[in-house]
This record gives sequence, C-alpha cells and structure tokens, in this order.
Amino acid sequence: MSLGSIELGRHPATVLRPMNARSIVVDFPLLATILVICAYGLIVLYSALEENSALLLRQGIRLGVALGAFFVVSQIPPRLLRLWTPWVFCAGVGLLLMVMVSGDVGGGAQRWLDLGVIRFQPSEIMKLAVPMMVAWFMHERTLPPKFSQLFVLMLIVFLPAVLIARQPDLGTALLVVAAGGITILLAGVSLRVIAFAGVLAVGSAPLLWHFMRDYQRARVMTFLNPESDPLGAGYNIIQSKIALGSGGLFGKGWLNGTQAHLEFLPERSTDFVFAVMGEEFGLLGLLLLLALYLGLIGRGLFIAGDAQETFTRLLAGSLSLTFFFYVFVNAGMVCGLLPIVGVPLPFVSAGGTSMVTLMAGFGMLVAIKGNKKLLAP
Amino acid sequence: MNTAVPLKDHWKEQRLFLSRLIAAAVIMFVLTGVLVYRLVQLQIVEYQLFTELSQGNRLRIEPLPPTRGLVYDRNGNVLAENLPAWELVLTPEQVADLDTTLAELVRNELVDAEERETLAALVRSHRRFENVMLSNLSDEEAARFAVRRHQYPGVDIREGLIRHYPYGEGAAHAIGYVASISSADLEVIERREYAATSHIGKTGIERGFEAELHGGVGYRQQVVNAQGRVLLDPASRTESAPSASAISNLETLWPVPGKHVTLSLDMDLQLVAEAAMAGSRGAVVAIDPRNGDLLALVSAPAFDPNRFSTGLSQQDFRALNGDPNNPLFNRALAGTYPPGSVVKPFLGLAALHHLGIEPGAREMCPGFFVLPGNTHRYRDWRPQGHGLVDLHDSIVQSCDVFYYRLAVALGIDTIEQFLKAFGFGAPTGIAIGGERSGVVPSREWKRTQFSRREDQVWFPGETVITGIGQGFTTVTPIQLAHATAVLASRGMIYQPRLVLAVEDGVTGDVTEFPPVNLGYVDIEDAQWQTIHEAMLGVSEEPQGSGFTAMRGTPYRVAGKTGTAQVFSIAQEEEYEEENVDERLRDHGLFIAFAPAEDPVIALAVVVENGGGGASAAAPVARKVLDAFFKGEEYVTREH
Repeated sequence: MSLGSIELGRHPATVLRPMNARSIVVDFPLLATILVICAYGLIVLYSALEENSALLLRQGIRLGVALGAFFVVSQIPPRLLRLWTPWVFCAGVGLLLMVMVSGDVGGGAQRWLDLGVIRFQPSEIMKLAVPMMVAWFMHERTLPPKFSQLFVLMLIVFLPAVLIARQPDLGTALLVVAAGGITILLAGVSLRVIAFAGVLAVGSAPLLWHFMRDYQRARVMTFLNPESDPLGAGYNIIQSKIALGSGGLFGKGWLNGTQAHLEFLPERSTDFVFAVMGEEFGLLGLLLLLALYLGLIGRGLFIAGDAQETFTRLLAGSLSLTFFFYVFVNAGMVCGLLPIVGVPLPFVSAGGTSMVTLMAGFGMLVAIKGNKKLLAP
Repeated sequence: MNTAVPLKDHWKEQRLFLSRLIAAAVIMFVLTGVLVYRLVQLQIVEYQLFTELSQGNRLRIEPLPPTRGLVYDRNGNVLAENLPAWELVLTPEQVADLDTTLAELVRNELVDAEERETLAALVRSHRRFENVMLSNLSDEEAARFAVRRHQYPGVDIREGLIRHYPYGEGAAHAIGYVASISSADLEVIERREYAATSHIGKTGIERGFEAELHGGVGYRQQVVNAQGRVLLDPASRTESAPSASAISNLETLWPVPGKHVTLSLDMDLQLVAEAAMAGSRGAVVAIDPRNGDLLALVSAPAFDPNRFSTGLSQQDFRALNGDPNNPLFNRALAGTYPPGSVVKPFLGLAALHHLGIEPGAREMCPGFFVLPGNTHRYRDWRPQGHGLVDLHDSIVQSCDVFYYRLAVALGIDTIEQFLKAFGFGAPTGIAIGGERSGVVPSREWKRTQFSRREDQVWFPGETVITGIGQGFTTVTPIQLAHATAVLASRGMIYQPRLVLAVEDGVTGDVTEFPPVNLGYVDIEDAQWQTIHEAMLGVSEEPQGSGFTAMRGTPYRVAGKTGTAQVFSIAQEEEYEEENVDERLRDHGLFIAFAPAEDPVIALAVVVENGGGGASAAAPVARKVLDAFFKGEEYVTREH
C-alpha cells in the first residue's frame, strides 16, 4: 500500500491535531435519536426476553460497549480513517482467510476467529471496511468511475463477500455487497451500468442457487411458499405474521403478546423482535420506530450532503443508506415481504457484535460532521 | 483538497453525488411506503383473521409417547405390559395461577397432597409447550374431573398407557419397575426422546433395557384453543373448530414402539420358588448349567411394581423404603452372605487338584482344631467330633475340622485363586447390573481394606476359618448359583443370562443373545466325579445333612448345606437358637444341582436368619426342584 505513504507525504499541512477538550466531537440530534431507539428497544426486549432482568442487563452491557465504540470512533479524524482504510481492508480480508483455515464453528458455520482473549467475526469488520475501501479508491479519482475502474470496485466488494458467503453467512455477505454497492451507486455509476448489473444479477440466480446450502435453499423456497412447510422452515414466517397481524393498530399491550409469550414466535429476542414490537405496540408502535429510524438516516444523509470531500461524502452516504437497508431487510423479512436472512433489527435485536459495528459506523458519521470545518480549505 | 488531481471538478462531482443521494432518499421513502403498506395490510386489513388465529385457536405440536415394549418369560408369559389409563395433564402456559390450581386439585383429591410441591417444581422446570402429567386417575376420578373441567383452565385428562405387571410381586426384582422421571434421570436421558414419556425404568430389566423398551418419540400437530384444549386432532378428525381450515396440513409423525424383551426366567418355577420363600428373607437363584440361563431369580420379600407405575405417594414410598425387611433390596444380586459350609465342595476340589490328596485317605476329627504353637481351639459344629473321615464323609457330614486342615495346607493364596476361578469375588455380569462383588479375601485385599498397619497383616487363623466359609468371605446368591452351575457342568463357565432375545415388534426382527462361554475350569474328570458323588451323599446318605429335605426325590440331587454365622460366639459358649434374637440367627444356605448324572438345573438358596441350611434352605430347594422336574420321568435312584 504505497499509495498511503505517498499521501501522507503529500499533505503535511493537514495537521494531525492532538485531541483536547475543545475538539471533542458530538452530534446531539444523532446521539439523542440513537439513545431513544435503544431505550425503546430495551423496553421491547424486556418483554421478548420473558421479563428476564439478567438477560436484559447483559444486553444493556453490550449497549454500553457499543456506545463506547461510538464515542471512540467519533473522535477519529476522517483523514486518519482514510489513511487507515487500505490497511483495515487488507487486515479484514486476511482475517477472513484465517477464519477459513482455522475458525471456530459456531451454529454450523465457520465465522468466529478466536484470538485467545476475544472471539469475533471478521466479517463484521468488512461491513465497514468495504464501503470505506470503495470511498478511498474513488477519493483519488474523478466521479463518476470509469468503466475500467468498475472492475477494481467489483473486486473490492466481491472478494470479501465471496469469502463471507463461503463460511457460510449469506446474511452478512448480502449486507457487505449492499454496503459496497450503495457506495458505488453514490459514486455516480451510470444508469446503463446499473441496468446491466441488474440483468446480470437475475441471470446469475441459478448459479447462486447452485452454491447455496440446503437450509439457505429451504429459506428461499419457504419465502416463495411459506405454507409448504408449516412445521419446519415456514413456521417462523407464519407465526410472525400472526403476531404482527393480531397486534392491530394499538397492539395487545406491553408484556401481553400471546404469540411471543406463549413461545409461538421463534427467535423473538433476536431476528424477530420486530414482530414482538408489532404484536404488543401495534402499527403505531412500529410507525414510531420507523419514524425514529428515518430521522436517524435523514440526519446521516444531511451529514453526507454537507461533507466536502469524496471520501467522507461517499462513506457518510453509504453508512446511512446501508442502515436503512438493514431496517428494510429485517422488517421485510418479519412481515413476509422478503425471505428469511439472519439480519438483526438495528439497535433493538439482542446481540452484541453487529451493534458494535453499527455504532462504530455512526461514530464515523459524527466524526465526518465534526471535522468538516477543520478540513475546509 | 486533492489539488494533485487537476481534472477534478468539485462542483460537478458534488452535484452528481447530491443527485444520487436524493434518488436514494426517494427510493428509501418508496420502500418505506411498501413496508408500511404491508404492515397496514397485516395489522388493519387482515387484523380479524390473525386475531382469530392468535386468540381463538392455536397450533400446538404435541409429542406422542411411544408404547413401551413388553417383557416375556421364556415360555411367552407376559411379565410387563401396558394398560389404558386416564392421565391428568397440565399445560403450564395456560394456567394462570399454578399454586391455586394445584391446591384446588388437591382439595378435590385428584392430586396427592404430598406431591404438590414436587409437581409445582416439575411444572416450573418443564419445557415450554409440553404437557406435564400430574397423576393417574381411576375411572371414578376421571369422571369426577370431567364434570369440573371448566374450573381448571389448562388442565385436562387424556388417555394414556400405564405399565402393568400381571404377576404383581412375581419376579419383581428381575423385571424391576418404572416410575416418574426424576431430575437425576433427566441428566442422563436424551430429553427430546422423552418429551412425551412420563415414566422411566428404575431397576431390573426395566432399567437395564430401558433403551430397547422405550422406543422413539412421535409428534402431532393439533389446533388448540386458548385454554389448551384440543379442538382438532389429525388422529381423530371428528371434532371441528370454526377456523380449523385456516391451518392446513396437520401432520402426525407416529412414535416408534419399544422392543419386546424375552427373559430366560421360567415364571412357573419362579412362582414356586417365591411361594417357598414366603415369609422369609433371602434369595433363590436357579441356573441352567448347560448355557447359563437364569431360570429363577428370587429376592424375598418382594414388592408390587404396579404401585410405582400408578404413582406411589411419598408416604407409601417412605414406608416401602423404610421397611426393616427391605423389600426393594435385590438380595439375589446385591445381598452378600458368608457362604458357610457350601464352600466345602469347592475347597475339597481344590485339595484334590492342588494337593493331590487321596479321596479315601482318612483323618481324625476330634471336634476341634488347633494351629501349631497356639492354644485357640477352632471348634467343629459337632462338639464330639466326626471321628475318622475321608473327603467324601467330610462333605456329606460337613466336618469342619477337615477343612480347617485343608485350608491351612492349601494356603490363602491358592484358596483365593481357586475360588475366583469359579466366579466368586466379582460380579457375574448379568445384563441388568446392580450386582455386588462379595469378597474373596487375600493378603492383598486385607492390605487395601484396612487402614491400620497391624490390621493389614494376614493371620494364619484367618486362613483356618476361610476353610469353612466364615471370616471375611462373602458371596452373593447369584455367584453361588453360578459357581454351582460351573461345578455341575464340570468346569464349563457360562455367564448368567437373563435376556434371551430382544424383538422389534414392528419389523419382527429378533436379536438373540446367545449363551456366553467364559472358558472352563481345567480339572481332571475323576476329581469332579469325587465331589459330585460326595454331594450326592449329602442328599442320599442317612447321615447326609440334606437327607431329610431330599428324601424320596424321583431325580438325583447333588447338594451341600451351609450355615453361616451372623455373629460370633465366645470360645466356651453354646449357640442356642431360642436365646438369640431373630436378626442374629444363622443364615441357612443350600446349593444343589440335578439330575446329578446330567445336570440341567443348578441352584442356590439363602434364607436370612433362617437357622441351619438343612432345616431352612434345603426344603426350599426341594420345592423348586420338585416343581422343575414335575411331569418329567426320571429314573428313580438305583439303590
């Protein structure tokens, strides 16, 4: 990565300012929205976790850790982020290769890397590293990307995605592709190329089918016809639709969801927590959550539009839109619009790893906003 | 920024980016609209349908218990079967207040008051969405519940099967019993397989062959209402529910029935042996020496295993467990007794084999034995002594002094080795387990058993009393019968066999358990013959200790009596039966095989505190042998 070192030499004037009290970067609208969503999520989780305070406390601790990541990342100047990007990306790909060789098998898939003290999923890094790498690559070049540059961008997106898909973790691979793809779209790829890619995607579906594991195929089949297997793969989606539908406009009330509390609803504290919310707080409760999400994303898009260089712009736009993608995929899955992919509901689903990644992403947004003026010409 | 790239047009790039951003935002709002539209459709438009599905009717997956396999004796008599019964079941998530519900059930005498706490704990720890069985109900109780059913949401009766043992106490220890699954059981079983099963084998064959008898769990889907009552059951599509059509494809996966186990026991013989032991404590074990088949396995007193399947109240269980006669204890496998004089034929054989003594050589029995350089008198049971006796007489009359001498001459090391060859000192390896090893004492054994150094030394006097089966030596009744079978077959060692075959009732596949030959004891035929003849003398010669009991048998019996002291008598005291507490009376033992010339049955009888072997144990053996040979024509004895 000689480019990184050249660049370091080229901009001696843009100072690596030492951090002090004055330069602590915060964005109150963003932080407030996140905290409200998290609080709302904890309320729903308390119900989904069978009113188990110990489990809820664990989620609270995870949240604390994720917020810690948020604050740390928000203090990193975007310039530094950019300089580190190639290294982070290469390290991430390297770790993915290591997982392939020596990873732990958890839940039938090889995703975890054990570093002695901590176990983590390198695929999580790629959710951030891929859009960063795309933005980094285009930062030096003219927008929109030329046709020849598209191949490099494709490599940046699909190399990690294929490695992750082979673990197999189709959900994360999909999210990585989405994050990278959104960044490329924001970079201004022409509509013809987009149309071509669409045709290519449809054309490659049979090929993709060929590489899928049995349970992944079953999920797609279930999506196409959930009633075909009401006991097995279709059970989740039938029960989650019943939970949502029976919630009505106002919901059955907090802790009163029969679908959730009578254990009809599977994965109710993780992937299907949206259904618990819909059952207990009704359509209004869901609309409130969606409004909060849209507010958060809107703030992100504002930051992106306001950013003044290619790297920060692309990154901020990509992070915000990818976040929407998460929400849409999870909610779409729970209400039967999309097949079941293991994508958690951001800031609500129980579980720590993806929350840390999300929070780190929002930390970057805050950093991009906060450092704008420092970098202004 | 980026001054190094002169062609970069910042304004153009920003416009391009902003246009893309706006396009993305528009798409985002469209997708959100789709999502909201879908939610409105589910939560407003189809609200009624989903409310009905959720509130009125629920799909439940109910595990189905497999039918437990049957147990047969060797003649096809059913020893354990399953009978229809009413079970009171509770669906935990549909009971609002568990304590009140249980209290009400107790008040109506549908649940045992003492069980209440246990049941509450069981319900709380139970896997969700599975019913918990509370109790078995009689027809009358089931009727009483049926009229009050509406008072107990979440409680219902269902038809189940209950384990039944047609012979009651018959062969109870061999068959064992089933009882409610305990928390200890839960740790060792595959919980999924037992999702619908309430009872599990606890002892005997029921436990030893639990895996075969249990079978595999099944599942069925049911539509149940909010109180957990079944509205639609695919197995009997008779009842109907208003919206049953909303859930299609109700499926049933039938359970796999357990396999049937055929035992080697002969139930007719078993019952005769049990009747002969009635009122006594002790054990009878009968073995076919030609293959190791256990023909009878009696431990007295016994218990009624049916009481466990219907759910024994805690009070009844305590009574049973605290009974001083200990009916739950399997004496045939786990009772350890000093063998007394029944060890003499084995030691006589050891003397022939290892010392090469002449069968006709006579020795003087003065009524006591003294070790050289010692004054302690080891007394014979007959104070005046037996006079001049040879090996034959020593077995027939059970002369103690003869064996004091033999034991000293053989030495404890040889005795240990010889007795172990006949299977003493180790479990016989019967399929149901629960056996004790007994003790064949040795220098090594004493070293490891005692903590004090002065106790760890083997004393010559201990060898002396080992010669008459006293001291440290203990045996189990099954070991005794096994060793007698080896003696009867002139050395062939077969592992005692309780299970002949396991049959899959569905496929008809039969897995047989062939006799297991564990080798043989290599001794000259003439020496076996000498011992066999001496044991025949026990029952056929007038001075033989088993003569009275075996008088007039149409078959020829080789036997040996034994009397084991429970407590030791001081040097100059006399043992007087009537002065001794019942519990401290001698154990009576008898071993026998018949017909002596070609044995088909070997048996061991132990009667605890029954007095002498001749008076207490030999008559039991006689009844068993008579029953065994009844109807068969045997050449009456020649003389």
